Amino acid sequence: MGLTYQSTGKLATREIFNVPASIRQPVVALAGNPNTGKSTVFNALTGLRQHTGNWPGKTVLQAKGSYIHDGRKYTLVDLPGTYSLLANSVEEEVARDFICFARPDATVTVVDATCLERNLNLVLQVMEITDKVIVCVNLIDEARRKNIRIDSDKLSERLGVPVVTTAARSGEGLSRLLDVISDVVFGRVQPKPRLVRYTPEVEEAIARLEPGIRALVGGEINARWVALRLLDGDIKLGHSLEIFCNRREPVRAAREVLV
Amino acid sequence: MAGKTTLNNLPSGSFALVTEVLAEGLIRRRLLDLGLVPGTRVEVVRRSPAGDPTAFNIRGAIIALRKEVAGQVLVSPLGDEAAG
Ligand SMILES: Nc1nc2c(ncn2[C@@H]2O[C@H](COP(=O)(O)OP(=O)(O)OP(=O)(O)O)[C@@H](O)[C@H]2O)c(=O)[nH]1
Ligand SMILES: [Mg+2]
Repeated sequence: MGLTYQSTGKLATREIFNVPASIRQPVVALAGNPNTGKSTVFNALTGLRQHTGNWPGKTVLQAKGSYIHDGRKYTLVDLPGTYSLLANSVEEEVARDFICFARPDATVTVVDATCLERNLNLVLQVMEITDKVIVCVNLIDEARRKNIRIDSDKLSERLGVPVVTTAARSGEGLSRLLDVISDVVFGRVQPKPRLVRYTPEVEEAIARLEPGIRALVGGEINARWVALRLLDGDIKLGHSLEIFCNRREPVRAAREVLV
Repeated sequence: MAGKTTLNNLPSGSFALVTEVLAEGLIRRRLLDLGLVPGTRVEVVRRSPAGDPTAFNIRGAIIALRKEVAGQVLVSPLGDEAAG
C-alpha cells in the first residue's frame, strides 16, 4: 500500500495540534493508561529532541519530539494518560481528538504487563478509532519479577494488531518497537483490529448513520466510530467534528457558549 | 457470600465483588472504564480522614471514588479468605 500522505485535510488538522505537517514526516502517537511508561518510551526514543508546551487551547501538557529510524525522521507525540477515550475529561478529549482528527500514521498504545486486563479497555477504544495500532506491552521486567508470562503472539492474534514487549526503562525491546512502527507507518504490516460487535439493534443503528456521516466527514475519519459516539449522545464530539472538519482554529469562546 | 450492599458501605481492608453498576450516563461510562464491571474484585484500601473519598484497588490501580459515586456500585462482600 505504501505511503498514504495524500490527504491535505490531515496535514491541516495536524497544524491545529501544533504538530509538524510535512508529507515526509510520519506522526506517531503514544497512548495508554496513566503510569504505564509512555513518557519513559517517549524520552528513550526522542532523547533531547523534544519540546513541551500546552495542547492548543488546553491546560494539558503536550510533549512532542522526533527520532530518526532507518534514515527517516518521525514525529512522536506523548498523549495524556487516560483509562478511556470517551472524553469525560480534558485529557481524554485531547487524546481522542488527536487520534481521530490528526490521524497519526501509527498509534502505539502502551500497556502495563502487570495488569494487562485493565489496560485492554483503552486498547479496544483506540482500535475503534484507527486501524494503525501497535500494542506495546511495557514493564515486562516487572511482570517477569511477578511471574506473569505474556503470550504476545496470542495477544496479537486475538487483537488483530502487532504486539511488542518492552522494558522501556532499560531500553529492552525498543529497537523492535521502532521496526514495527515503521512497518505499520509504511504499510508493510497492516493491522486488522478485531472490533467489538454490538447488539443487532446497535449495529443496525450504526449502519443507518454511517453513510450520512461519511458524506459529512469524508473517508478519513472513522464513520463507524463517530456513529457510535453520536448514539452515545456525545455532544462534545459534535463540537470537535465541526471544528476539525471546517479546519478552523478551535474557538474556545464559542465552545463556552455551547456548553 | 454475604448479602448485597454498595461499594461505599464497606470497611477499609475488605474485599467485594461487583455485581451491578446502577449509575447511568457519563458516571456509568466512567465506572466501567475504570474496570468496575460485574465480577470484578475490589479492595477497599483506605478512607480519607474526612471519610470521603475512599481509595479502592481496582484491577491493579488505586482509584479514589466519592461516596455518591461508589454508592452506585452494587457489590457482594467477600470474606477474609479472599484477601490473599
Ligand atoms: N521497571 C520498569 N519501570 C518502568 C518501565 N517503564 C517506565 N517505568 C517507570 O514507571 C513509572 C511511570 O513511567 P512514566 O513514563 O512516567 O509513565 P506515563 O505513562 O508517562 O505516566 P503518565 O504520563 O502519568 O500517564 C516511572 O517511575 C518509570 O521509571 C519499565 O519498562 N520497567
Ligand atoms: Mg507521561
